[in-house]
Amino acid sequence: MADLTTNVAIDNHLTTADGKPLKAALAAAQARNKRRAFFLVLPLLAFILITFIVPIGQMLMRSIDSPGFILQTDVITKEETPLMVNLGLWFKDNPQGTEPDEAAYTALVSDLIALKKTRAQGQAGTRINYELAGSRSLFTSGARKAAKLKPPYKEAMIKLNKKWENPKLWQVMRSASSRYTGSFYLAAVDRTRDANGDIVRVEENRRVYVNLFVRTLRLSLLITFLTFILAYPVAHLLATLPMRKSNMLMILVLLPFWTSLLVRTTSWMILLQSQGVLNDAMVGLGLLDDANRIQLMYNEFGTVIAMTHILLPFMILPLYSVMRPINPSYVRAARSLGATSWTAFRRIYFPQTVPGIGAGALLVFILSVGYYITPALVGGADGTLISNLIAFHMLSSLNWSLAAALASLLLGGILILYWLYDRLVGIDNLKLG
Amino acid sequence: MALPTYADPLERAWYYTYLAICTLIFFFLIVPIIVVIPLSFNAEPYFTFTQKMLTLDPTGYSTRWYDLLLTFGMNAPEVSRDSSWWADAWNNANWINAAKNSIIIGFFSTILATVLGTIAALGLSKPEMPGRRLIMAILISPMIVPIIITATGLFFFYSSIGISHWTIFGWKIPYLGVVLAHATLGIPFVIITVTATLVGFDHSLTRAAANLGANPRTTFFKIIMPLILPGVISGGLFAFVTSFDEVVVVLFVGGLDEQTIPRQMWNGIREQISPAILSVATILVIISVLLLATIELLRRRGERLRGITPH
Repeated sequence: MADLTTNVAIDNHLTTADGKPLKAALAAAQARNKRRAFFLVLPLLAFILITFIVPIGQMLMRSIDSPGFILQTDVITKEETPLMVNLGLWFKDNPQGTEPDEAAYTALVSDLIALKKTRAQGQAGTRINYELAGSRSLFTSGARKAAKLKPPYKEAMIKLNKKWENPKLWQVMRSASSRYTGSFYLAAVDRTRDANGDIVRVEENRRVYVNLFVRTLRLSLLITFLTFILAYPVAHLLATLPMRKSNMLMILVLLPFWTSLLVRTTSWMILLQSQGVLNDAMVGLGLLDDANRIQLMYNEFGTVIAMTHILLPFMILPLYSVMRPINPSYVRAARSLGATSWTAFRRIYFPQTVPGIGAGALLVFILSVGYYITPALVGGADGTLISNLIAFHMLSSLNWSLAAALASLLLGGILILYWLYDRLVGIDNLKLG
Repeated sequence: MALPTYADPLERAWYYTYLAICTLIFFFLIVPIIVVIPLSFNAEPYFTFTQKMLTLDPTGYSTRWYDLLLTFGMNAPEVSRDSSWWADAWNNANWINAAKNSIIIGFFSTILATVLGTIAALGLSKPEMPGRRLIMAILISPMIVPIIITATGLFFFYSSIGISHWTIFGWKIPYLGVVLAHATLGIPFVIITVTATLVGFDHSLTRAAANLGANPRTTFFKIIMPLILPGVISGGLFAFVTSFDEVVVVLFVGGLDEQTIPRQMWNGIREQISPAILSVATILVIISVLLLATIELLRRRGERLRGITPH
């Protein structure tokens, strides 16, 4: 303690040429360096925030923000018109589970007439349709006929279409009347709310998403495992050969790494198709009858083999960079102490390569769960992954909120793995060739 | 790993099995890339080796698919090949236009990614950098986030800000959205390669320069830049390849006239796959061989500059 105080005392006496205490001058210089470093990074950080983080954040917001039933936004003027106002008021006054009465149907009819005026019946119907199939036409035809209806509206509406008294429909309309909803996340895990608002699983034949998540995980694990099995011997060979030879062989690893993803996928397509090179070779060698060529593509097999090939360099490179500095004298010492070559490998060599295995496996797994292009081209129906379904909802079914919910579940999982990667391996240690 | 002299027969046998396994894995790595090259010279519209090709009969080979690359989309492909024919190909052939677009987009996104990425890497490699770990994680994230999520996010973002209608002095900026997106995707590669180069950077050199009276600008251009240039160039090449190979973002945010080589390939593969795709693939493989050679030369030069000699 005494030493420390003397030190402080000395520090206070030391000054720079212009008379400032040395400590303060040092602190100021460090703060300046800090600012300088930060200002160098700032432009890029701002760029990434604007062109990457904000767009993704906005897109993910769609998974909970789906105002199609209560707001109409003009495409050009961005002006917002509220929809279904009366029904919204009725929902506010009457708690969940109230039987829809005449007042409710009156509100509904007046809102449908208003929908027709703003031509928003399709949009409102689509929003309900996401959660209850077949509702879009109900709204479009309802809006067309609503003006001609006479009280009592409850009977008139039910006479128009029996679906209007479906309690499930009323539950969906209630949930769609509030701007923010969790129902797309429920849908993304094959759950829905029944007429009472309780969470239940959807019917057997509509349960797709959980299965697809499971398949994505299963195939990614399989691909990670296969890349590990194939990468380990090759990385070991590259790490133990003399530098000149291993640099030559490294080209065989780096060339696929540098070749266009589409080229590699195309090559696998021509290798695997039923009139392709592999099948032809097997027929030519007499291993296979011409009539029963094997279906190697448009299934899980195609996805797994093509992705294993494409991701293999991502496993070899981290393994290699861990194996290269391992001192061979450890294994030699183990051998001279009486270990068999298997024991020496298992107890001495392998444990030293575990960090490389972890780095490679995490990287390959992270990349494969989000893969899109290869499964889309060679996967067919049962070799597609979750990314392909997100693309389907974005481009074909146009259920953007569900796509956003699936995307945020996928992204959440990936960010957890990414965080893990950073903790275990460190992003700085990511190497490319 | 040479076989030690004391190895017993079992170990010998295992060693040769191991070499055989490694050879097979190298085959697995390289064959799917090599196989497109001979097939692109197929005289028939098939994706497999014909009898004539296997017997090395010259009539089994042709360059018709390369020719198709040139002529597809031309106004008058049949006329004799004089200068007007070449002008027609240059202006109208689909693949040539796609190549032009790919190169323009790749060039500008690479410039953007390399400049921003190199400056940021200089800041990140300073020991005083606050919040280094988190910022690094954010900057690398475009490489980790699934491309479909990036593409859909950009699709909504660009349409909400109406980027396709942006103009400067009445001039509509072409490819703006795609260039920005590709720059974002290329940035992680620049950051990784340039920070890796800066790890071995001797900071006393900059202090020496300052000591000798150089201002920060001179220090940067005369001392820092020449030393990190190999890393910057290989980062830039990575960024260029990323853009040159990118299809999903182009599909989502690119305009109809913004056809790039990968997009054209994607359409070709999805619709009617023609051997012309294989000739494109062959050209791309040759480009990647050249790029790989460049990177390798740069790496060796960088190691020599920093005094690391291969052993």
